[in-house]
Amino acid sequence: MQNNFPNEGMSVIVKTITRFTVWLIFLYGLYIVLHGHLSPGGGFAGGVIIALSYVHLTLAYGKNFVLARVDKFAMNSLESIAAILFVLTGIVGLYVVGNFLANFMGIGKLYTLISAGYIPMLNIFICVKVGMGLYLVFYYLASFKPQEG
Amino acid sequence: MILSQFIFVPLLAAFLIVLFARKKENIAAVIALAACAWILIVSFIAFFKLPAHGGMILNNTSGWSIPYTISLVLDNLSAFMLIVVNLVAFLSAFYAIQYINHFTGKWNFFALFMLMLTGMNGVILTGDFFNLYVFMEISLISAYALVAFGTESEELEASFKYATMGAITSTMILFGIGILYSYTSTLTMADVGLQLRNVGTPKLLFLVYGLFIAGFGLKTALVPFHAWLPDAHPSAPAPISAMLSGVLIKTLGVYALVRIFFNVFGAPTVVLQILMLLGTLSIVIGGFLSVVQWDFKRLLGFSSISQIGYVVIGFALGTPLGILGGLLHLFYHAIFKSLLFLDSGAVEYATDTRDLRQLGGLSKEMKVTSATTMVGTLSISGIPPFNGFFSKLIIIIACISAGQIVVGIIAALVSIVTLAYFLKVQKHAFFGKKGSAKVLEKVPFAMKTAMIILAALCLISSAIMIPSIRKQYLNPIVDTVMGKTSYIDKVEPYLDKGGVK
Repeated sequence: MQNNFPNEGMSVIVKTITRFTVWLIFLYGLYIVLHGHLSPGGGFAGGVIIALSYVHLTLAYGKNFVLARVDKFAMNSLESIAAILFVLTGIVGLYVVGNFLANFMGIGKLYTLISAGYIPMLNIFICVKVGMGLYLVFYYLASFKPQEG
Repeated sequence: MILSQFIFVPLLAAFLIVLFARKKENIAAVIALAACAWILIVSFIAFFKLPAHGGMILNNTSGWSIPYTISLVLDNLSAFMLIVVNLVAFLSAFYAIQYINHFTGKWNFFALFMLMLTGMNGVILTGDFFNLYVFMEISLISAYALVAFGTESEELEASFKYATMGAITSTMILFGIGILYSYTSTLTMADVGLQLRNVGTPKLLFLVYGLFIAGFGLKTALVPFHAWLPDAHPSAPAPISAMLSGVLIKTLGVYALVRIFFNVFGAPTVVLQILMLLGTLSIVIGGFLSVVQWDFKRLLGFSSISQIGYVVIGFALGTPLGILGGLLHLFYHAIFKSLLFLDSGAVEYATDTRDLRQLGGLSKEMKVTSATTMVGTLSISGIPPFNGFFSKLIIIIACISAGQIVVGIIAALVSIVTLAYFLKVQKHAFFGKKGSAKVLEKVPFAMKTAMIILAALCLISSAIMIPSIRKQYLNPIVDTVMGKTSYIDKVEPYLDKGGVK
């Protein structure tokens, strides 16, 4: 990756190590989300880990490096879209089955990745919502400058 | 009849506002108003259709049956509360369309407003202890943000104070719920009540009572848990003050107390006595502290503490008449206190100050605001035929007929104090000598309309006292509260006792 802001962030050692670790953290987050219905974890935990991979990158490379690659507006929108999709899933359950947030998909075979009906899908929505939300909270707190005086 | 729409309609509205209204701020008001109008209509339908369903509608979410899932329970009490909340919410949102032009970040305001409404509707409908906690936190966290909405140092301080005290007491409530869960292995309210029925009153329960009284007592702003209210309510934008004072303290406080202590724990005497004491203290202290205030909205804040005391002693009497009085005062106070807060907002909008010492002689220049404030004053002071008269009268009669003569006399005397501090408002703001503050801006149409509707409701809602209407609509609600653990019996048929399927 080309870095347009080489003077921001931490030392070369941290940046080099971050280049190796950030993917691992991101991948681990995805694993936690996608296996949420099979093992401990789920959308929230995975979303937090994914947000932390961004936080990791921000700490090592400075916030401009991250913001040149992800759009703040897009993050904001994705967060709302994920929440809306979650509610809409609930409404689909209401009209298909008769109860809010009822399962309307086949439950599949136990212990396989594609199983447990709509739960993996909901985990992904929660992951996007929590991940984006948490990163934005971090970003806004980091860019807050108290007024002089 | 779908109960979940009380929760998902405002929730969806909140996120739609965040998604679409960031660039075009006018969409925010349209979405918020549409959502409010929708659930207001649905809450009226729910209230009038309820008797046909035998006084109880129970919806399980996610297709399981209780106690393995969260249930939404609509009975007479919750249907009544839904109308109160959504009526005030609709009018506040309508008022806010033009009021909020004085602030930046309109879409933020309406998104948070909708989230707060989601939380309140959730608290009213839920039949599950932990869910109650979650919805309470949703509405409280949005309320903290809304109190700080003006981002002045005073407002941030008030919000921080509210957030700190709210968080501590929310933790107490969570702790109490945890104790109940560890004792009964269930979180469904009716199931908890059912399990406790078989074991009597273990000593552990008294700890839970204490935690809940402190926790929900702070949400109700009962003395001595009131310190956050006089800062937080005046700091918020006027429509939010109206929501906070009008319905939030009643939903998260009084309703939760009544639902838990009456319907789950069967109204233990010791709790009623404590609530009686706290209610009486609130009436007196709130009333006398209002007299010395010079900030219009702060005065109204203290007045809320005093008036919520009336509601609480009504319920704490535990007699049908007392509960009727409590319910009526809850409804009427929601109307006239939100009216008065909206009026104070209009005064602030027009003159840019709410210091009574700088105001004066506004009755000629602000005719609508002046007239509606007069209606609010007459209602809250209990002048017939305005609604406050009937509820206060019933509470005082109930006190005396229940043998609590001292409380009855205190309630009657503080009612005079109420008149005194509202006469102070009238004299210093609307009549008397012209103050240094000038009317800089006219009060816009939407604000006026909301105030006029609320003022009209102050008179119209007295009609509930007509015996035939009272018998048909109010008595079932009183029976729900008086029936105490009959709530459990009504929910019991829905309980799945056969273990996980």
